[in-house]
Formats: sequence, structure tokens, C-alpha cells
Amino acid sequence: MATITIDGQSYEADPSANLLQAALTLGFDLPYFCWHPALGSVGACRQCAVRQYRDEEDTTGQIVMACMVPVADGLRCSIVEPEAAEFRAEVIEWLMSNHPHDCPVCDEGGECHLQDMTVMTGHCKRRFRFPKRTFRNQYLGPFINHEMNRCIQCYRCVRFYGDYAGGSDLVAMAAHNHVYFGRHEEGILENEFSGNLVEICPTGVFTDKTLKHHYSRKWDMVSSPSVCSHCAVGCNTIASTRYGSVRRILNRYHHDINGYFLCDRGRFGYTFTDAADRLRRPLLHPDRERDVETVAEPAEAMKRIREIFSEATGVAGIGSPRASLESNYALRNLVGSGRFSSGLPRIEHDATTALLEAMRNAPDGPGSLRDAERADAVLILGEDPNNTAPRLALALRQSVRNEPIRADAGSRIPRWHDRAIRDFVQDRKGPLFIAWPASTRLDDLAAGTHRAAPDEIARLGFAVAHAIDPQSPAVTDLDDSASDLASRIARALKEADRPMVVSGTALRSPAIIAAAAATVHALRRTGSGGSSFLAVAPEANTIGDAMLEGAPLETLEQQLESGEVDTLVILENDIYRRLPAPATDRIISKARRIIALDSIATATTNRADVVLPAGSFAESDGTFVNHEGRAQRFFQPLPPAGDVLEAWRWIGRIAAETGTSKQNEWDRLDRVLTALARDCPELAPARDAAPDAAFRANGQRFPRAPRRFSGRTSILSHLSVHEPKPPEDSDSPLSFTMEGHSGQPPAALVSHYWSPGWNSSQALNKFQSEVAGPARGGDPGARLIPGNGPNERPSTAIPAPVPDDDQTLLAVPCYEVFGSDELSARAPAVAERIPKPYVALAPTDAEHHGLDSGDSLNLLIGELRVSAPVRLDPKLPPGLCGIPAGMPGWSVPHLPARASVVT
Amino acid sequence: MNPTLQTLAVTLGILFTLLHVAAVLIWVERRLLALLQDRLGPNRAGPLGLFIIVADVIKIFTKEDWIPPFADRPLYVIAPAIILLTALVGFTIVPVGPGMVVLDLNIGILFFLAFSSLGIYSTVLAGWASNSKYALIGGLRMAAQMFSYEVFMGLSLMGVVILAGSLNLSEIVEAQRGMWFVLPQFLGFVIFLLAGLAETHRLPFDLPEAESELVAGFHTEYSSMKFGIFFVGEYIGLTLIAAMIVTLFFGGWLGPAWIPAPLVFCFKTFAFILFFILMRAAIPRPRFDQMLSWGWKYLLPLALINLIATGALVLIRAD
Amino acid sequence: MLSLIKSLWLVFLHLFRKRFTIQYPEEKAYLAPRYRGRIILSRDPDGGERCVACYLCAAACPVECIALDATEDENGRRYPDFFRINFSRCIYCGYCEEACPTYAIQLVPDFEMAEYNRQNMVYEKEDLLIDGEGKYHGYNYYKVAGIAIGGKDKGEGENESSPIDPKDLMP
Repeated sequence: MATITIDGQSYEADPSANLLQAALTLGFDLPYFCWHPALGSVGACRQCAVRQYRDEEDTTGQIVMACMVPVADGLRCSIVEPEAAEFRAEVIEWLMSNHPHDCPVCDEGGECHLQDMTVMTGHCKRRFRFPKRTFRNQYLGPFINHEMNRCIQCYRCVRFYGDYAGGSDLVAMAAHNHVYFGRHEEGILENEFSGNLVEICPTGVFTDKTLKHHYSRKWDMVSSPSVCSHCAVGCNTIASTRYGSVRRILNRYHHDINGYFLCDRGRFGYTFTDAADRLRRPLLHPDRERDVETVAEPAEAMKRIREIFSEATGVAGIGSPRASLESNYALRNLVGSGRFSSGLPRIEHDATTALLEAMRNAPDGPGSLRDAERADAVLILGEDPNNTAPRLALALRQSVRNEPIRADAGSRIPRWHDRAIRDFVQDRKGPLFIAWPASTRLDDLAAGTHRAAPDEIARLGFAVAHAIDPQSPAVTDLDDSASDLASRIARALKEADRPMVVSGTALRSPAIIAAAAATVHALRRTGSGGSSFLAVAPEANTIGDAMLEGAPLETLEQQLESGEVDTLVILENDIYRRLPAPATDRIISKARRIIALDSIATATTNRADVVLPAGSFAESDGTFVNHEGRAQRFFQPLPPAGDVLEAWRWIGRIAAETGTSKQNEWDRLDRVLTALARDCPELAPARDAAPDAAFRANGQRFPRAPRRFSGRTSILSHLSVHEPKPPEDSDSPLSFTMEGHSGQPPAALVSHYWSPGWNSSQALNKFQSEVAGPARGGDPGARLIPGNGPNERPSTAIPAPVPDDDQTLLAVPCYEVFGSDELSARAPAVAERIPKPYVALAPTDAEHHGLDSGDSLNLLIGELRVSAPVRLDPKLPPGLCGIPAGMPGWSVPHLPARASVVT
Repeated sequence: MNPTLQTLAVTLGILFTLLHVAAVLIWVERRLLALLQDRLGPNRAGPLGLFIIVADVIKIFTKEDWIPPFADRPLYVIAPAIILLTALVGFTIVPVGPGMVVLDLNIGILFFLAFSSLGIYSTVLAGWASNSKYALIGGLRMAAQMFSYEVFMGLSLMGVVILAGSLNLSEIVEAQRGMWFVLPQFLGFVIFLLAGLAETHRLPFDLPEAESELVAGFHTEYSSMKFGIFFVGEYIGLTLIAAMIVTLFFGGWLGPAWIPAPLVFCFKTFAFILFFILMRAAIPRPRFDQMLSWGWKYLLPLALINLIATGALVLIRAD
Repeated sequence: MLSLIKSLWLVFLHLFRKRFTIQYPEEKAYLAPRYRGRIILSRDPDGGERCVACYLCAAACPVECIALDATEDENGRRYPDFFRINFSRCIYCGYCEEACPTYAIQLVPDFEMAEYNRQNMVYEKEDLLIDGEGKYHGYNYYKVAGIAIGGKDKGEGENESSPIDPKDLMP
């Protein structure tokens, strides 16, 4: 630590930081625009001016930009010095000379960094009398609204979009005070991280378009800490609501996971909670075959369920990787572990089990996104992070700079000095190798790619392991280019300080995961201490579901066949997305009675006898286990409306109704978690993912509503002028009102970022132990899979080479960031971005079958007939065809599989 | 007429008049205060707003009669009854006309002083039984106030007694045929007026209630008719002091022969009641320490001087 | 002592002064133009709703009796979908009017709002919106704001220069 002097007072500061960072960490309010903790300093906005003195004798000093001054022992400066303060006020005045008179109709108003900084510097009256400069706006797609007049030219947007996220379609144009940030032509912003512009932009140039349609001010929104439910990364979010509907998703900082950024799927996918097909009342289907449904009272539905249970010979439960840990566990408890299915078909189930095994066996436990960001050599085996775990792709994009920076002079440039680092790195990229059948959006960074069938990818992985450590078994019959690539990869990984292998279940191949694990172990054996294994899973709670050790769907089918079971309870799972429709129909028709719980109407709920409305993430409390085995609690921002209840609560009621458990045993989250900890010791730490419902600060709950929350006596007054008691929360230490503890809650309970003088999300600085460091009091969540797992040698079953087959194609799943996730695809804004159905084909294969781009291709995959236009992918190896997974209304499950072309 | 019947008629007459006066005073006081403050006062309910009395009575009877759970219940209930009772009993010795008196006691003045002192129990007990800080402070103030002013209240009357040579009120009135005692006993009158006001804790000496400091003082916790009885008690007390002033200093029922004696008496009494209301409108409330120091430092010595001077003069004249 | 007697006399003289009381229902009180009474929503000189649903009035309200929800028309003009004031809570402090950046919400000289049923004190937008400009004439917020709405393009507002061509590098 270095000792610095600010305004005559000595402080300890981190010498690797810059002065601005240090001042903010120490709690000073120093204005800034262009600096961002994740983007570093460029010294462009001239806003963080302070006066720096040479030594104790120096009384004159000089004005410097704090963001460009490295902290050093003995540094002396003054923030309050009048000339520096006037400098800052004048800079703001210049910036404001063209800023429009927009705040009342600006979505940033009330949480605007520019507003905060203007107030902080004291500027209040425009002296510049000349006309204001204006710009025309661009249409930037369904996510982002553009209002260029408000721009203050801080360049943060292009620095994030281009430099950080790798987008190429947002640029700075024109010169002097005409500088314009936009696309060359109007159109959708292509990068899947464009939503972060909303939080990056210090004013209202880029605002959330989904919020714009149902706008509410920050101070009016009842928010709760949530966890994104759209992929397995488990980014921490803040879900904000007003008048009973979710209005927006904001990033909630987690040092080890999402940091400052979210992907667009997570940020804009929330509107499915308000979609027309949401289930809000229990439904009865008296006749399953004919599509007749009646809305029922909960008591009526419960009566029917009791009848169904009393008639049943055996009840089986189908869990879900998108339902919370509590709901899955409650279901397993209801039906017994012998009759509990994870809700996955065998092909996915086996891959997930293998992944979980590899995570448990990983030397330091599964790696986090922060590990990925710091890795200096990465091998991606059988994953397409941009589409399966988008936030991971952003982390990996940062990792390729680590190796060049590590080299000689780069290590002497402070990491925050963004411009210098980028000038130094230029276009040099660290080793990133991608093995995936088709092209990916990380290809521009890759030092090498291997495009092949899943088994070939696994063979490459094993070959890398062998090249690293000859003790690993050798792969025979590997072609030259692959073995050459394997040795290059092995060399890069061995030379790295922090090599990382990324793998997952995208290709449903246990062999790929085994190969990844073998590589990590080979690295560890040869002495690369920092190596890590990063697991990628498809859905929010895939890992948690797998840890409950349910059987695959096929086992359930056998149980139905044998008559052991004749009734199904299906939890938040659309089986039609898991198995081909004929197979699903068989399961459904064999089950005499079906009870389905879901938040959305699906093909499965349409065929259930009783449908119970479960809460989405917005109406539920629960826990998701993310890709690194971290249990993270999400809390409901809304008290459930209508008859909606959390799925675990419904199941608890069913258990009480049918006599399988005592009344009220399952009516509180903490009780479910206690039972879970008792039954599954490995999952026991999930209880500590967040404080329990009895947790209080000074005897007070933590408010979900900001203190400036408005309309309390008027929101419901049209229904009755007599104000009702606010809803109570028995499951969390949060309250639904603004009453409660006014200080900062523990990180797991943070429901809004606000600090006096800091109304924008930049108030986050005050919630961190140091700027860009961990949250105060530690980052939330509980790691379930510790590092010291049994270090046994992973499986070494190397798959055989894929035989040439002229007759059929190998259909592999490919993924779309917008479309492959079931829930976000129902959000109107995301739906606009979903591509049309397609089958990706190599040009040679297309030629072979006489097809051209756009032509309709008919495929027979097992018993399923698939028809879609051809999309040519020159990167795709011959003999493969890519079919997008989980597309709404056009789902082709159960891949990879052999497909024959039907003419 | 049968003396018993006559006594009964006088008793009932006085009781009837008194209770009605107390009721009408509700209207009189509000109306007069309003007029003194350039307002109109209650003028909506009935002719001249007189039905405000009925409305008030209905209101006070129909309010929730709440006894605080923390109160000392028996004392709390008894307290309002005492003030009404002592004030009414005090009236028994007031002659409203020749022979028109309930109890023609030869120690009338002593009887009056005794009962007016007993009235204090009401406020002190109310303050204590309420078990609330405001009420307690009010009660304590009342005790201190009474203790101080009681002393020279009696002394201030001794001049009259010396002049009249009797403690019987009818005889005192008769003794004023030549001259009202207000002239020879002006000092005694002023002292008695002040002491009487303090005794009834009327403004400006309403320190035990002092709304601006103590919410409502000793009756803070009282509601409904229990509060109403304090109210009525206060008005009857006020009337009693006015009647005593008239009897002792302003010739009682003595007046022009063509007006019936009781009417004269009522008229004089009413004039003093109006004067009290004027005082309420015009004079601010003193500080408690000021009030006690006046009592002990000025009024008590003055009363003694008055007594000694009167006695000396009477002795000199007798010689 | 003398002063007490003097004040007794002076107060007594007030018996004969003129009364200040106004006999209200028969006789109406004079209400100053800036009297803070019933709340209305006004329109701009062109007849458009002045309220832009910025929520500042709701935030300023100390009794939190204003609730509204923003929505937009096809031209990007924002307006309240509903606007509700619970007058049974309103204390007529006028903070909402002070906070309003568009002169939309105004307190007018009218206090005769008593109701027998409290529910009738809840006013919706149709009860609040008037057809005129209220106390402040001639102000049209969208003429000074930088955003474009139907009928007003970029650069057409007051004190605005015409839009810049971003592909032009000339000074």
C-alpha cells in the first residue's frame, strides 16, 4: 500500500490503481465521465481534475487529471482546491452548452451520471446563448433507443462496444463538436452486449427501449436482487418492477461472475413475465385429447389433484433445469428419489452427468468468469460461448489481451491505462483455440480453430492432453492438421501462467467433456499450477438439477410402460423441447393423469389434466446453481398476483393435500432449504447463498423500494381508498415497501445502487470494498463444488474417428443467443432478433444434394421430419449439418443424430 | 308557606337555574369570546346558534367513554364527581334573595371556604389517577396553586366579616344596605377576585390545564361525560365565585325595590361572569413561578395589611 | 397592572368592531389567483396534453398521493396512461406544481371538493385534465426540449440549429 495525501489528510491507497480510483475507493466524490472501472482511463473528458503538488513545500502545484495519475507513495493532491473545482465546473458547463432541455422526457433522468456530476460540480445555469447543436437519431433495433442530442462525447460507448465487446458497427463519426456516435447506416446493433450501452452511457443517448415502452423512474421501481434465468452463467441482476409488472433488468455487480456487464438476452429477455401466454390461474383439462380448458379456483384444482393422487398407482415427477433448486427438490421429495427424473433426455442427461463429474474432479473446482477473464491461454472444446453462455464470450474476449500484455514492456504499463495498453497490444492476440463444428463469433480472436464432428473434437482434446503429458493415452489415426493443431494448443497451454479449458454440454458429448478434463489434469500433472476447467451448461439450473441425481426421461418412460407409474407431475418443463414429438406423445399418452406446473403455457401444459400457475423469477424466491456450481439466491421483486405461487410452494401444498407431508411443512423457503440440506449434504451450502428470512439489520428488514418511492397512497386508491396493508414476505429479509434499514445490505440483498449524490448505477463504487473489487462484505453465493475434489484420473475412452458416410448427414445442434433459450424467446424484443429456422450446410454438401442457399431442405432425423431453408456455412465441415436448438415453434430436440436427406 | 316546602322550592330553583346556567354558559362563553375577537361565534345551530348547547350535550354523551387501561380506576371515576359536588354544595349558603337560601348557616363563609378547598381534591385526584405525565403535572400545579391562594382568600374576606360583624351571608348582605362593601373593602375585593379565579382555575390562571403546555392538564385522559362533568363543574365554580363576589362586595340581592330580589342577584352575578369571560379574552396566562410569587409576596401581605387596617379602623371608630 | 386594565378595556371595545367572519356558503370568500386548491392538468397552447409523465410531481409529493404510469403515442410523445390523485390524502402543498417542468400540473383557486364518500375523492386523469392552459399561458415544453415528436423535427425547437450531417468533416 502507498501513502497518499488528499487535502492534507493521509490515506493508504493501492499503488496499482490510479488516483481517481483511489479517491473513489476512499469515499471522495470526484466527478468523472470517460473513466470506467472496467474500461480503464483515457483522460479524455477532463472532468476528474485535481491539483497535484510535488512535495510539502510546493503550494502552487498543477492541475492534473486524476484518472491518469498513478498512485505512488508520497503523492500529494487536493480535490477541494478552488481552481481545480472551478475547472471541473467549467468543463461541465461546456458539456452542457449543447445538452438539450430533455430531462423530463429522458429515460436516464433521475439516474443520470451527467445529472449527478452537474450537481456535484455546482453548475446550474446555461450562460451560452447560442443555438444548440442537434443530431438525427438512428433506429438501433428493438433493444436500444438512440437520442444523440444528449451526447457529451465521452467516447465510452465506442470504447465499450468496439474495444471491449468487439462490435464493429458502432463508431464515432464527424469531427469537433459534431462528433456522432452511431452506425454508418441505420439498423440493428449486432453485438449481443449492446444492452450495456444503457449503463455505460453517462447520459441518455443510449437507453433501454423495452423500458421505454412501460417507463418508470428508478426511484419508483420496487426491485429485488435476482439471478438471470436465461443461461447457466447466473449473472446477478436487479429486477425492477412497477404496478405489478417487471419493467427492466439491471446489472448487479458480482466480482467473480458478471462484473459490470450483462448480455442482451439477460437484459431484455425479462418481458416474457408479462407475455400473453403467462399462466396466472389454475387450469383444468377435463378432456386431454380435445383441447378444452376451464379456469379453476385453487381449491378446486387441489381437489382434483387429491382425486388424481388417490387413484394413482404410482406418481413420478419430472424436474427441470430451468426450475429452482427448491422446486426440483420439493418435487423429488413428493414423488421419492426413485421416481424423480431430471427432466432431460438420456443424451443430455449423460452429458450433464459427465460435466458434473468433471467439475467435481477439476483440481481447483470449476472456474469462474473472472478466471476466464484472467486466463492467458484458452482452449474451447465443443462450446459456442457467444450463443450458449454469452457473458463468458465477453470474458474470453478480454483474455486474449493477457498474453501480449504479459510480454516484456506491457507488464510495466498500469492495467488501467487503457489507451497505452491498447497501443502497446495493437492487434496481437493471446492463444485462444476453438473447437466447434461451425463458425463462432469468437473466430476473429482465435489463434486456431478446429471445425469437426463432436467425436473429432473429443479426439482433438485427447490429443492435446497427450501432447501435454505423454502419460495420457495417445490418439491414433489423427490427421495431420489436427495433430499439428493439437501440438500448437499444447504448447500454448503449457507456456501460459493461467491456462483454461472451456467445455460443456452443447454437443451432448461426454467424450468432449472427458477430453477437456483430461487436458486439465495433464496440465496439472506437468506443473501448470494455474490451470482451470470452466464448465458450460445450457440452462439456469442445469447443474443444480443434475446434483439432485434424477433419472433421464427414458427411464420414466420404462416406468410408465411397466405400469409402476401412471401419473406424472411435470415441473416447469416442456418435454416437447426435450424429446422428438412422437416420443413425447408416447409418454404423455401412457400417463393416465398429468399435473403440470409452469409459469408459461407450453405444448406440455396444454396436455396436462391440471395446470398450476407457477411463478417466474419475478414472482419466486429460489436458488439457481450456475455453471461453476455456485448456488445463488434470487428474490421476487413482486408479490405473486392472481393464483400464482412459487412451484415449490405449490408442491408443498400438494404434499400437504395428499398427505405425503405435514401441513405447512413447506410453506417457507428456509424450511425447504433446511430439508434440502438434511437430504443432500452436497447441496447444504446452498442455504448460505443468502441470509435467511430472519436476518435483520438493527431489527429492520431491507427495503425493496427506494426511499423516494412515490404514489404509495394512490397506487391502489382506485380500487379502494382505504389503503391495504403492504404484502409481507415470509421467505426473505426484504420488505416490499421503502421502510426498513437505510444502510447498505449484504451483497446478496442489494436491490438498488444508490448513494447520496450518486443516483446513477455508478453509485456501485460505494458498494464495493474497493473500486472494481469484490462487493462489501464479500460476493454473494455459495460454491457447492470445492476445489479439493477426488483427483482421480478422468475417463480415457477415446472415441473412434467418425466414419465417412455419403448417405447421411450428422445433424449437430447449433445455438442462437436469441432463440435457443426458451423463456427469453417469448419476450417480444428478443423475439424480433430470433433468426428464421434454417439448416446450416457445408457448400460441398449442398452442391452434392443440388441445393442452394435458401432452398428448402427436408431431413429425416430418427422418426422426426424436419424441413427448413438451407443456410450455407463455408466453415462447416462436409458431412455435418447444423440445426438451431430450441427455436420457438420449431424445436428439433435430441441432437446430434444421423439425418438422411429426403427428396 | 311551610318552611320545608320553601326550602325545597329554593333548593330546586337554585339547582335548576345553576345547571341551566352551566349549560347556557357553553354558548355564552363561545359567543362572547368570538365577539371580543371580531368573530361571530356559534351562530348556525338554531336561533342565535343556541342549539349548539344541545348539540354539545349530545356530542359529549355519545362520545366513547374511555378509561385508560393504565389509570387508577376508582379514583379516576370519582374525581369528576367531586368537583361538581363541592361546587353545588358551596351554593347552599348563597342567599339569592331575602330568606331565599338553602342553608342559612351562621358560619356561611367558613362553609364556603371549606367546600371550595375540597374541590381541589377533584383535580389533584384526576391528575394522579390518570397516570399520565401531563395530567400529573396539571394536578401538582393545581395543588400548589390552591395551597398558595387559599391562604389569603380567607384573609381577604375577613375585612368584610369585621365590617358586617357576622359570618352569615344573609346578614352580610343586609349589612350592605348603606354601602356596598366593595368601597371600604376594595383591596379585599381585588384580592378575593384573583383568589377566586385561581380557585376555579379559570383563565388567566388556568395553569393546571394550560393547553399550550400540558395538552389539557389534569383532564387530558378524560373523555365523554366525565370530561363533561369537569366542564360543568368549572362553570358552576365560576358562577359560585361570581355569586360570592356579589354577595360579599356588591350588596347581594339588594337593588331597586321594583325588581324582584333574585333577579337583581342573578343580574349582578351574570355581570361578573361576563367580566370573567372578558378577562379570559384579554389577559395572558402568567408563568407558574410568577403566579406563585405574586400570591406569596404581594397578595398575602396585602390581604394581611387590609385585615389589620380594617380592624384598626373599626376599633378606632368603635372608640 | 395598569396595562392589564388597559388591555381589558381595549378588548372590551372589540365587542363593537366590524366582524371578520365571512358567512361562507351564503357569502363567498375571495380566492387569490395563486390560491392552492384543486389540482388540474392543463394543455399546451396547441391543445396537446402538457403532462409528459416525468414522475417528478409524484416524487415531490410528501404524502405520496399522486400515481401515474407513462406511455407513448406513435410519434414518441410521452403522456400519462393514467394519472391519479388521491385527494383524500392531498395536503395542497403545491410541491407538485413546483416540481412540474412543463406547467402541466397546477393548483387552482377552488377548494369546494368535499364528498360524503371518501372513494369519490380519488380523481383520475379525466377528472383532472382541463381544456385550457390554466395559470401559465403560452408555454409548450416540446418547443424547448431536444427530442423530436410528431409535428416537430430535430432542429425545429426554440434556440436549436438544424441537424448535423455526421458524414461531413467540414468545420
